[in-house]
Amino acid sequence: MLDTMTQPTPTPAQTAPRLVLSNIRKVYPTVVANDNVNLEVAPGEIHAVLGENGAGKSTLMKIIYGVTRPSAGEMQWEGKTVTVESPAHARELGIGMVFQHFSLFETLTVVENVALALPGKPDLGELAQRIEEVSKRYGLPVDPRRHVHALSVGERQRVEIVRCLLQNPRLLIMDEPTSVLTPQAVRKLFETLRQLAAEGCSILYISHKLDEIKELCHSATVLRGGRVTGHCRPGEETPESMARLMIGKDLPVCEHGASHASDEVRLRLAGLSHATPDPFATDLRDIHLDVRAGEIVGIAGVSGNGQQELLRAISGEEPLAEKFPVQILGTEAGRMNPGQRRKLGMCFVPEERLGRGAVPTMSLADNAILTAAKSQHFVSGGFLAFSRARDFAQNCIQSFSVKCGGPPSPAKSLSGGNLQKFIMGREILQAPKLLVCAQPTWGVDVGAAAFIRQSIIDLRNRGCAVLVISEELDELFEICDRIAVIAKGRLSPVRPTAETSVEDIGVWMSGLWPGSDLAAQQSEQTGELAHAQA
Amino acid sequence: MLRLEPRAEASRLMSYLSPVLATLLTLVAGIAVFSALGKDPVEGLRLFLVSPVKDLYGVSELLLKATPLMLCAIGLAVGFRANVWNIGAEGQFMLGTVGATGVALYFQESDSSLVLPAMVLAGAAAGAAWAAVPALLKTKFNANEILVSLMLVYVAQLFVSWLVFGPWKDPDGFNFPQTAMFADHALLPILIEGTRLHAGFLMALAALVAGYAFMNRSYTGFKMRVAGEAAEAARYAGFSANRMIWIGLLTGGAAAGIAGMSEVAGPMGQLTDKVSLGYGFAAIIVAFVGRLNPFGILLASLLMALLYIGGEQVQQYMNLPSSISLVFQGLLLFFLLGSDVFIHYRLRFGRVTA
Repeated sequence: MLDTMTQPTPTPAQTAPRLVLSNIRKVYPTVVANDNVNLEVAPGEIHAVLGENGAGKSTLMKIIYGVTRPSAGEMQWEGKTVTVESPAHARELGIGMVFQHFSLFETLTVVENVALALPGKPDLGELAQRIEEVSKRYGLPVDPRRHVHALSVGERQRVEIVRCLLQNPRLLIMDEPTSVLTPQAVRKLFETLRQLAAEGCSILYISHKLDEIKELCHSATVLRGGRVTGHCRPGEETPESMARLMIGKDLPVCEHGASHASDEVRLRLAGLSHATPDPFATDLRDIHLDVRAGEIVGIAGVSGNGQQELLRAISGEEPLAEKFPVQILGTEAGRMNPGQRRKLGMCFVPEERLGRGAVPTMSLADNAILTAAKSQHFVSGGFLAFSRARDFAQNCIQSFSVKCGGPPSPAKSLSGGNLQKFIMGREILQAPKLLVCAQPTWGVDVGAAAFIRQSIIDLRNRGCAVLVISEELDELFEICDRIAVIAKGRLSPVRPTAETSVEDIGVWMSGLWPGSDLAAQQSEQTGELAHAQA
Repeated sequence: MLRLEPRAEASRLMSYLSPVLATLLTLVAGIAVFSALGKDPVEGLRLFLVSPVKDLYGVSELLLKATPLMLCAIGLAVGFRANVWNIGAEGQFMLGTVGATGVALYFQESDSSLVLPAMVLAGAAAGAAWAAVPALLKTKFNANEILVSLMLVYVAQLFVSWLVFGPWKDPDGFNFPQTAMFADHALLPILIEGTRLHAGFLMALAALVAGYAFMNRSYTGFKMRVAGEAAEAARYAGFSANRMIWIGLLTGGAAAGIAGMSEVAGPMGQLTDKVSLGYGFAAIIVAFVGRLNPFGILLASLLMALLYIGGEQVQQYMNLPSSISLVFQGLLLFFLLGSDVFIHYRLRFGRVTA
């Protein structure tokens, strides 16, 4: 993704390891999350832990940080065998962790949030000063007096990092830190991490993004199915060779082919605005978009910029006060509920699978009824024809190679990726005229992701209009014919994917596109725009 | 240190066995209760559980008691499955008695065979109307249906009292708070000669069958199950939450209303201010002991009826207070909830290792 970037971080001098894990094993009631894992991290080393979702990366980090305890195995910290009792104990030892999902109180200020994580009752004024010092030293601009709810996702991550750094950690664990950042913010984060490493702090970097690891990390340990399947020096590998280590085979590639867009508009957003009463949600402002039959339109953006709200407005889960802003196959559908919109020929895949896209305790056959009852004629005379639902679910399981015990298995017994395949299958097999999907491959392993992307492209080739909202830029560039960005509830102009680049879209993700209010403000303020693009 | 740890998977078998286990534990606790009161526990349990069903008449009385419980519980189960918490079946039951009594008194002189069906409809409509109040307040103002339906029980109770002390009081009733006895055509036919078991029992069985068809086979029943299991998924699928609330409450109200009708047109033959023995509340226990499942409700209502009758027996023969029935009801619910905890959790000793 960031192939234009600088040379790999210089390798630290060889010294005694800071952290050694030997034969770590962690067993959960239904699954072995880690099995005989060995890991060594030297002072000043940036060490990647690489693996697909469910490979056991997060469990391993939780063990190191004292969130959970291993079932067997030993951990040595700076030469001494330790048992980490709790995260507080881990922090005492000098281990800090930045979680993928932030743990900040939105209603408190930055300094208050930081104070909560520190032992005792720190003086807030003094603490604010320390925050400013640390943030200056590492290039992490944060205003300690601001409220967290007013911060962007990138800023919140900086608060988390600063909070860790205040305790002078000798090991920093970063769990998928870039999944919420724009490409530009990723670059800044890497500079900070390199500086930290140069000062002797070890960093454990969890990710499945191979190009980032290649660029940043000195060494990597690859996990697959809870076991260590390889070690490598990312600087000497290619993303393809690391992918082979990670998934055990070559990365699948999608057949994209040319767009077949016709003139028929299947989804039109005509000045969609929606204010929410929730102070932490994003208001949608005057969104215009056309999605035509036979094309895939992607909406990129950093999470929390109105994607949720836009999806709910399109799906009908949050109906609008007026009809015209959402037009589905020529019908003004703004006030319709999701069932009525489905009848017009729209199918929808939400970002949460369990609990929204599927009922956890119900069987796959019942979950097929959830959205396909009407279109697949499961209902006659008010009663359900369960055998038809079973057949449909079976078809779905076969066509999308869902690994499960068959139509009677409950949705919650499936892994995230398999359930996503089932839900995608359920919506696609209804032969929609318009498919709207959110994060189609979120949390899905690489092989299944490629399969899902290919299914979306095939659907487009059959003349369906597809709208994809995703935070994975790479994915959008892989499958979309046209692409736009949502930032602070506004939508950028839509560009053909071929005529834009990851870098451009990255700049747009911070709200700076030609003609946006923000861009106008910033260009007045002397060259800020140029800085952001640099 | 003692703590509860979530189980990876809940056992389906145990979720059916848990009511059985709760019943057994209730018996064990019952033995302790009898002993603590200085009574012979074996004799107590015999009076409580065996003697009520020792002959045909006893069995018919058991079925008679179970009838209103079955009706109320199956109606409640429809709502409970969709997480619509109607706690006011007791009040809806009383309104049902009022609706049915109104029709019976108005047609006191008629001998049309349509009077009984009209009483069933009036009872159902009155019960449903009473349940419509929490439904309306919930859907319009998001008022908590638990509180509203519960409070309306007391309003209903006072309403019935006012009627039987006032406008509907039997002029020839020596000033007792009760209406005139219903005419014969306003009484439900007796099923077995020499017993009090009436056609209301058949209505209750029919309601169980209808409840099964609705909850397990119909599309609307499916929607309600989804709403109960995962509200977000119901919203995603486009099932209207308000409609679920209306259906849940109106079904519960109508069923409780029919139960009320079957009491006044059955064993009582008139309306009095002591028309309910807490059937509406006991039905909540019945619904849960029966796992919100029609067949389970059938068994649970028989068990609960046994507790009612057995309670009367030990009152008579062992000189125990009438609250002994309530004690047993409470024990049963307590042990059921307690057993249910262990379906989803296991008890662990010692420190946290997970």
